[in-house]
Amino acid sequence: MTDRRNVSSIIRNPISRRSALKGLAATAAIGTAPGFVRYSQAQSSAPIKIGFQAHRTGIGASYGRWYERTTAAAVKLINEAGGINGRPIEIITEDDGTDAARGAEVIEKFANQHKTDIVYGTLFSHVVVGSAPAAGELKMPYYVVSEGYHVASGKMNRWVLQPGITDVKAQTRSVAPWITSNVGKKITMIYPDYAFGHDHRDFFAPAAVEQGGEVIAQIPIPPTETSFTRYFPQIPADTDVIYHVMVGPAVLTFVKELGEFYGGSGPALFGFIDSLEAVDINSPGLEFLEGSHFWEGMPRYLQEGASEAEIAYRDAVGLDENGASVNDPKDVSTNAHSFGCWETLYVIKAAMEAADYKGPEDRAKLIEATEAMTEFAEGKEHPQGDKVFNGKIHQCFGHQNISVVENQKLKVVHRTSIEDGMYEPEADYTTQTL
Amino acid sequence: MMPGAGSRRAVALHLAVIAVLFALNFILPEYHRGIFSRVMVLAVFAMGYNILFGYTGLLSLGHAMFFAAGLYGAGLPLYHLGWGVPESFVVGLACGVVLSAAVGVLALRTTGVAFMIVTMMFSQVFYLATLYFTTYTRGEEGLVLPQAARRVELGGVALDLTNPASRYMIALAMFSIVLLATLALVRAPFGRTLVAIRENEERMRMLGYDVFRAKLSAVILSGLFCAASGAAYALLFGYVGSGFASIQYSILPLLWVLLGGAATTLGPLIGTLFMFYVIDITSAYTSAYLLLVGVALILLILFFPRGLLGSIRERWLPWLP
Repeated sequence: MTDRRNVSSIIRNPISRRSALKGLAATAAIGTAPGFVRYSQAQSSAPIKIGFQAHRTGIGASYGRWYERTTAAAVKLINEAGGINGRPIEIITEDDGTDAARGAEVIEKFANQHKTDIVYGTLFSHVVVGSAPAAGELKMPYYVVSEGYHVASGKMNRWVLQPGITDVKAQTRSVAPWITSNVGKKITMIYPDYAFGHDHRDFFAPAAVEQGGEVIAQIPIPPTETSFTRYFPQIPADTDVIYHVMVGPAVLTFVKELGEFYGGSGPALFGFIDSLEAVDINSPGLEFLEGSHFWEGMPRYLQEGASEAEIAYRDAVGLDENGASVNDPKDVSTNAHSFGCWETLYVIKAAMEAADYKGPEDRAKLIEATEAMTEFAEGKEHPQGDKVFNGKIHQCFGHQNISVVENQKLKVVHRTSIEDGMYEPEADYTTQTL
Repeated sequence: MMPGAGSRRAVALHLAVIAVLFALNFILPEYHRGIFSRVMVLAVFAMGYNILFGYTGLLSLGHAMFFAAGLYGAGLPLYHLGWGVPESFVVGLACGVVLSAAVGVLALRTTGVAFMIVTMMFSQVFYLATLYFTTYTRGEEGLVLPQAARRVELGGVALDLTNPASRYMIALAMFSIVLLATLALVRAPFGRTLVAIRENEERMRMLGYDVFRAKLSAVILSGLFCAASGAAYALLFGYVGSGFASIQYSILPLLWVLLGGAATTLGPLIGTLFMFYVIDITSAYTSAYLLLVGVALILLILFFPRGLLGSIRERWLPWLP
C-alpha cells in the first residue's frame, strides 16, 4: 500500500531538481540501511509458501489438530536452520472440512489465490482422492500424509506424492508375519464395510495366507451401525485372533461390547491404532484391551531406548511421555500418523534443495527430484526410522511398530523390517508427462 | 404493472444474468472463476430441487440420490468402460430419470413429513449402496476420472474439460439452459398447475387435474436437473465419491433454495453463491466458521424469511418469477 501511494504521488507531482536530489539521497540512505538488504533480496529470500490442507473441522479434526502442531514444530526448526535454499517456509493453512469437494476447492485456492509453491497435507483418503484431479490440472505438487494405498495404486496422477508415511498395503503386509507367528494362525477379521475396511480385507488376508495363516471369517460392519453385539456370534469359536479396524466414534462401543461378549476370555486381539488415535487408552470401557496388540506407525508412548532424534522430535512437537500434549494430558496425540507431517516436510526440503527450487516454474523439477529419491536415513529429519522411497509409485516404505497394551500403556514389542512391507509396484507415474 | 411488461422484464433479467455470467469469465480472477464454475453446476442441482420444493411444495430430504445418480451414472462408464464424455453424460441423465421415476412412483404415495422421510430413506439406500459396491465405486474414497479421458470432440474441435475457461463455459451453458427451461416452465400451464397443487392439492383434484401425474412429472424433471448437475460435476471436476450421496447433499440444496428464495427462478443461484462465499470467507478467519454460517442463516431468516429473492419479490419486485 505504501509503495503504491508513493508511486501515485510521484506521478501527480512533477519532479523538481531539489526533490530529485532529495530522492537520490534518500535512496542512497535506504540502500545502505540493514533493512534494505533484505528488501533488495526479496526475490531470493521471499518465503517458500506451502499450502497446508488441514482437517480443522469434520471427522478428521482430531488428526488435523496434531497435523498442524507437528507441521508448526517442523517448520520452526527448518526455518531456524536457514529454511530451504536460504528461504524461510511460510505455511498457509486452509480447512478442508474433511470433505472431498472442499478439498479440491482448497487446492484451487492455494494455487490461484494464495499462489503457494506447493500443497501439502492431509490424512483422509477421500479428501486426497477428491483433491488429486485439481492438483493434476493445476500442475501443483501435492504431498500427502494419508497412508492410503491410493497414491501407490497409480490411480492419482504424477503431481501427488506420499513420501512421509507408509501405505495401508505395506502396513498390513508388515504385520501379517508377526501375527501368524506370535498370536495365532486362525484369524477373524472385523472391519467397516467401506473402502477403508475393504483395503484391510483385501491386503491383509492374502498376506496372512502367505505366512501360513488362515482367515476363517470376515465380518464387515455396515457404516451406520452403532451397536455390534449381534455380529459377535458370527466369530468362529476356534478363532485365535480377531483382527479389528473399526474407526470413528463407534469404536469405543465396539471394544466395550466385545469385552462384555467375551467377559475376559476369548480370542486375542490385534487392531490398528487408527481405531484409537487421539483416544486415551485409559478411557472407561477400554480395560478389555489390556494384553491386546496394535499396529502403530510411530509409538504413542515414549519407549525405553528411544533414539535422540525421536526424543527431540517429541519435545519439539510438545508430546509428553504418554503421547499427550505437554499442556494438557487429556489431549492425546495422533502420533502414529502425524509424524508423517514432520518427515514429509523434510522430504520436501531435501527435494527442493536437490531441484534448486526457485519458484513455481520449477515445480516439474521438484517432482522429478522427489521421484529420484531412493532412501531416507533415520535421524532428526526421519525420527520414525529409515525409509525406502519408490519414485515410480510415489510411495515410501518403512518400519512398522507392533505394541502391546500393558498396564494401560502401549509398549512396542516388535519392529518390522522395511522388506516386510514391500510389494510389487503396480504403476509407474514417471511415464506420465509433467 | 401490466403482466406483459413484467414478463418482458423477467426475460430481460434472466438474459442479463446470463450475459453477466458470460462476461465474468473474462473479468474474474482465476480462483473466483473456478468458484463460479462450481457454483453454476451446483446451482443447477438447487434449481432441480426448487422445481419440487419451491414450485410443487414437496419437501424432499433425498435429493442427494438424484445428484449422485448423475455423478455415478456419468463417472462409472467413463472410468470402467472408457466411454466418452457425451455418452457418459447421457447415461448420467438417464440414471437420474429412471431413479426419480421409480422413487417418485413409490414416494408420492405419501405426503408431507412422510414424503420427506421416505425420500430420505431411499437416499440412504443409495448412499449405502455406493459404499457396499466399493469394488466398483471405491466407496467413500471415490474415484479420480483420468484427466486424459475428460475431453470431448465437438465438430472437429477438441474441448478439454480440465481447462478452466472451457469448464466455465460448459457450466454456464448448462446453467443457462436449465435456468431458461425453469423460467419457461413456471410460466407455462404445467408450472402453474404445480403451483396450484402446492397451494391446494384437493382443489386441483376436484377441478379434474391428474395431481399424481403432475407431481410425478415434477419429481422426474427435478431428478433430471439434479442428475445433470451431478453428471457435469463428475466430468468437469473429475471426482466421483459417495460423500455426494450422503445426507449432507440432500440438505444443501434445501438450504441453498431457502436462502435464495423458494419458488424463484434465480434464488437457487443466489443461495448457492451466498453459501459458498460465506464458508470460503469465514473459514479463512476461524475454524468455528460453521457457527458464523449459522448466525448468518438466522439473520437471513429473521430479515428475509422468504429467502433473499423471495423477500425482494414480496417487498419491491412483484414481477420476479
